[in-house]
Amino acid sequence: MQTLREFTRKTKRGNILKIVREHYLRDDIGCGSDLCRQCFQNEVYQLTSQHEIRSTLFKCPHYLVLDTNVVLDQIDVLEEDVIRNVVVLTTVLNEVKHKSSSIYKRFNELIHDRTRNFYVFVNEHHKETYADREPDETANDRNDRAIRLATKWYDDHLQASQSPKDLERSGRAATRVILLTDDAGNRAKAEAESILVASAGDYVKSLEEFPLLVDKLSHKTFENEKKGLPQYPPHLSMKELLEGLRQKKLLQGAFQASRENYLEGSVNVEQYEKGILIQGRESLNRAVDGDLVAVELLPENEWSAPSEIVLEEKNVYADEVPSEERAEDEKDMLKQVRAAASFAERTPTGRIVGIVRRKWRQYCGILQPSLIEDTNRHIFVPADRKIPRIRIETRQAAKLQNQRIIVTIDTWPRNSRYPHGHFVRSLGPLGDTATENEVILLEHDVPHCKFSDEVLSFLPQMPWTITEEDYAKRVDLRDLYICSVDPPGCTDIDDALHCRELPNGNLEVGVHIADVSHFIRPGNALDKEAGSRGTTVYLVGKRIDMVPELLSSNLCSLVGGVERFAFSCVWEVDKEANVLSKRFHKSVIKSKRAMTYEEAQVIIDDPTQQNEIAKSLRNLNRLAKILKKRRMDNGALVLASPEIRFQVDSETHEPLEVEVKQMRETNSMVEEFMLLANITVAEHIATEFSECAVLRRHPRPPPTNFDPLVKAARYQGFQVDIESGLELSYSLDKCVKADNPYFNTMIRILTTRCMMQAVYFISGSLQKEEFFHYGLAAPIYTHFTSPIRRYSDIMVHRLLAASIGADSTYAQLLERKSNEELCHNLNYRHKMAQYAGRASVALNTHLFFRGKEEDEEGYVLFVRKNALQVLIPKYGLEGTLYLKSDKDGKDGLERVKSEFVFTFNEEDYTQRCGDVVFHSFDPVTVRLSLDSSNVQHEKLIFRLVKPYIKGFSVETTSDVTNAQVIATPPPSKKTKKDKKKK
Amino acid sequence: MASNFELLSEQGLRLDGRRPHELRHIKCKLGVFEQPDGSAYMEQGNTKVLAAVYGPHQAKGKKTESNDVIINCQYSQATFSTAERKNRPRGDRKSLEFKMYLQQALSAAIKSELYPRSQIDIYVEVLQADGANYAVALNAATLALIDAGICLNEFIVACTASLSKSNIPLTDISHFEEVSGGPKLTVAALPTAEKIAFLEMSERFHIDHLETVIETAMAGCREIRDILEAAVKEHLLHMGSAADWARVC
Repeated sequence: MQTLREFTRKTKRGNILKIVREHYLRDDIGCGSDLCRQCFQNEVYQLTSQHEIRSTLFKCPHYLVLDTNVVLDQIDVLEEDVIRNVVVLTTVLNEVKHKSSSIYKRFNELIHDRTRNFYVFVNEHHKETYADREPDETANDRNDRAIRLATKWYDDHLQASQSPKDLERSGRAATRVILLTDDAGNRAKAEAESILVASAGDYVKSLEEFPLLVDKLSHKTFENEKKGLPQYPPHLSMKELLEGLRQKKLLQGAFQASRENYLEGSVNVEQYEKGILIQGRESLNRAVDGDLVAVELLPENEWSAPSEIVLEEKNVYADEVPSEERAEDEKDMLKQVRAAASFAERTPTGRIVGIVRRKWRQYCGILQPSLIEDTNRHIFVPADRKIPRIRIETRQAAKLQNQRIIVTIDTWPRNSRYPHGHFVRSLGPLGDTATENEVILLEHDVPHCKFSDEVLSFLPQMPWTITEEDYAKRVDLRDLYICSVDPPGCTDIDDALHCRELPNGNLEVGVHIADVSHFIRPGNALDKEAGSRGTTVYLVGKRIDMVPELLSSNLCSLVGGVERFAFSCVWEVDKEANVLSKRFHKSVIKSKRAMTYEEAQVIIDDPTQQNEIAKSLRNLNRLAKILKKRRMDNGALVLASPEIRFQVDSETHEPLEVEVKQMRETNSMVEEFMLLANITVAEHIATEFSECAVLRRHPRPPPTNFDPLVKAARYQGFQVDIESGLELSYSLDKCVKADNPYFNTMIRILTTRCMMQAVYFISGSLQKEEFFHYGLAAPIYTHFTSPIRRYSDIMVHRLLAASIGADSTYAQLLERKSNEELCHNLNYRHKMAQYAGRASVALNTHLFFRGKEEDEEGYVLFVRKNALQVLIPKYGLEGTLYLKSDKDGKDGLERVKSEFVFTFNEEDYTQRCGDVVFHSFDPVTVRLSLDSSNVQHEKLIFRLVKPYIKGFSVETTSDVTNAQVIATPPPSKKTKKDKKKK
Repeated sequence: MASNFELLSEQGLRLDGRRPHELRHIKCKLGVFEQPDGSAYMEQGNTKVLAAVYGPHQAKGKKTESNDVIINCQYSQATFSTAERKNRPRGDRKSLEFKMYLQQALSAAIKSELYPRSQIDIYVEVLQADGANYAVALNAATLALIDAGICLNEFIVACTASLSKSNIPLTDISHFEEVSGGPKLTVAALPTAEKIAFLEMSERFHIDHLETVIETAMAGCREIRDILEAAVKEHLLHMGSAADWARVC
């Protein structure tokens, strides 16, 4: 059954090694076709004669064999349902894996989709199709030969299985095998070997029943491309790049395009703190945001300074040749910048000479309306301003005109101003809430497709009942007065509380968490999907669940009056909230009531209510206050960030009303016990599993992070001490101004921005001292209380269950490495979920202000050189109010010459105009309105109302139209809150 | 089990094209040298081992005091056995460790009560190392002992096993699979008696899988035993044909 072949390989590891590995060739690998009667088939047939596809190029039914280049370039076409009956050779699969992991992943998904009839043929281990590498043959040539060999074998093999008689009887043509390759050399050789062969482009075009497929073809070259003059200097070859990098003549780094100026960007290089500035089209040399590039530093006399100009590319049409005039414009811009920049401001400047690795992904955006009708060639404008426009070819331009679409870049040749790409799919009509949500989800890489059938198959069967066996295994807590307290409208209730007096005078407090890990068993598809999603994402008016709804809103949710499984953490505490003992166990509970924060508050405050629930709530509330005080004394920080809620219309999904999230006593009550549960569990699992416990830490920020806070407070006459969390907390408490009640909150908002991001980690990967959670002032912390919406909590549940013998361990749970990978993913997903949530709020703020103008109270958060940063507490909104700079003309914005001048005082950070002085934290009134001139980038405009400056402020009567002051909401509020708490 | 590398493809083939339960190709020969009392050559895939046995002979020096048989092993790897040239063919930690393991496993198989106050020397040289070195060395030593006519309770054979990421046990690990990061379990057993004489494990995996992995290794041992037995019979036929008692068996 097996034959032995050996082959040699040489690898370079300092010195050349000869590596000999065995390579077994087999005769038991099936061809996977239902036509075949010879093969030993141990797998299910994947290639069937059912799905026939008509091609004008090949009249017979056929299977496809793909060359590596087809998979790499045309994955978007392959993902279409039309393409079926494909033989995937392992040679190709391995090549794809080496060349692009993202495409490999997508391709693998295709292969796993049983309905698509992709069959993996292990040609490398098949006796007949193995190609030994010949002397002087490159690896690439050998692979091409192996692919041809396999195609040939397949074709012959199928021919042999189909007897001419049968075919005649059924009146069908014989099934053939076709090789698709975009390599002309390979095609020629294949033809010589009498293999049916075609290029991917030709083949797709020959599928006349599916004309729209052509749009998805990736174009390396556009047809009838004007052989224009090269507009960009050539890139260095990979060899030259590596040599240059090695000799330190070139520097390597990730390219970051500027959001404001399309002709500017920077490359982050290790040695240079600020990165290397790149200016001008030729210096940028076709780099796209995110690419790993090689830079050559310019001589020092050619260095320049960042331009601080907002420069947006004007519309260019597909067939237009860039005019001389435009080029002149660009040069002028550069000259001006260089001349204006004083020597002190100049920073290292360079030019990009080559691309080490492209980081192209799929981009959301819209199609630019074309001047010429009936053209196939269009310009695509990405939503992300950092991405250049992309040329695409599509026949459905009219249909796509007002839609959000997705496009990928294929190539960027020297003689093309813009990169070439192709259309992938449409998201839906522009401005539609569903479409815009989709854009947010895509841009933040949030997995949001429906749960697959395989995932759903692991859900419990409905109707689901609790069996006797379950009761036997769990502690019965159905008689306890357990209740839950949540925000209104919450359907995924994952925590409930109880508190009762014990005969000895102490209190018993229990936190009951939904037992999600009971339903999600490790290792199955449901578990994997939840692990990869990592967290539930909350957008305004929409929730993207981590686990299917049956679990999140029904079986796991601890709704009132129904028996549910819970994981309980129960303490015995004395009246002073000292924990005397603790225990963990799985239980069955029956929540007596699911309340909102407000309802709970009402019960606590109403002395006439004396039932069990009221009593236990009051006890809990009392204990929580003690716990909170204790935590504060330990140095926990009270941070603030402006948070708002939108009231969304249930049908149109349009925001109706904005309200700031209110904090009641009951919020803090629930929070306190959740913290206590988290900390208790963290201590427990860290001792039980010293190597692999999932914990959460919040690193102490470096002192320089606090600089803006300390400065801002000093101007107000307050001393903020950042030595330790405790001192910081004290000094924040002292920052109170009688005449400005919002001052303390603003100081806390500033503090929040100095913080680092809290992260998940594995206990074995760090020293004990580093476990510290700075914001909570807890030596150890984890997440235990929200398993419905966070995967980390499910992990913690499993660890805890294993430690108390309620559940068995399994291999993955105890493995440090896989847990580390998991934490990495969870941290990434959490960050993205936060960003997506904020982007959604920003979007809804825009929707809310559509067609409205409002005067709002706000506060100056920062005073900048040419602007005021204004915070509007009512909307939790922050924006920039530009003041005119005294250096007019340098700025790209059109501005009216005016008689008033703002002077910036660097000493105490104030702006002065006549009698009016702006300090940080001063109250102002601004007028908000929406600028919809750019469909993709609507922006909120801030205009000053109070204090009134003649000629600058808008009149209180609303007849002022000249938009002198343009403010953008902070770039979708990402940057400012990056360093949020917890 | 810190494997970053999938040891088993989705098509159910291992890195070198074997299926999970398949051994590598085994070749063996008894009586390759004239000088020693017994010798054997064994190839398991690309792992190639020579073994020679001297004895039983009278124990030397202090060791004569003891009534038991003294089993003296030496394990060495040829300088050219690995991809990178080995500088110390003998006496490094790994070799000393393997030597101990060999003694431990072999003493379980040799009928020691038949050889009081005597010594048996077993020399093993690995000519080419391509995974499961210890297991192949032990198998070669078994053959050499048989060739030397030393009484054994039973064939003692060794086999390795690993576990793929998808938790399917794999038999007879090659060097490539070892360095790709799978766990490795070596079992030396007396297959008929179903006794394990020696068990070694590198890298951890979950205890739930231990049983199946050991069973896989045991199955490998049984298969190797059958191959060795056939080789021994073949060898005897060949030897016997000179003395004309081949027809007797």
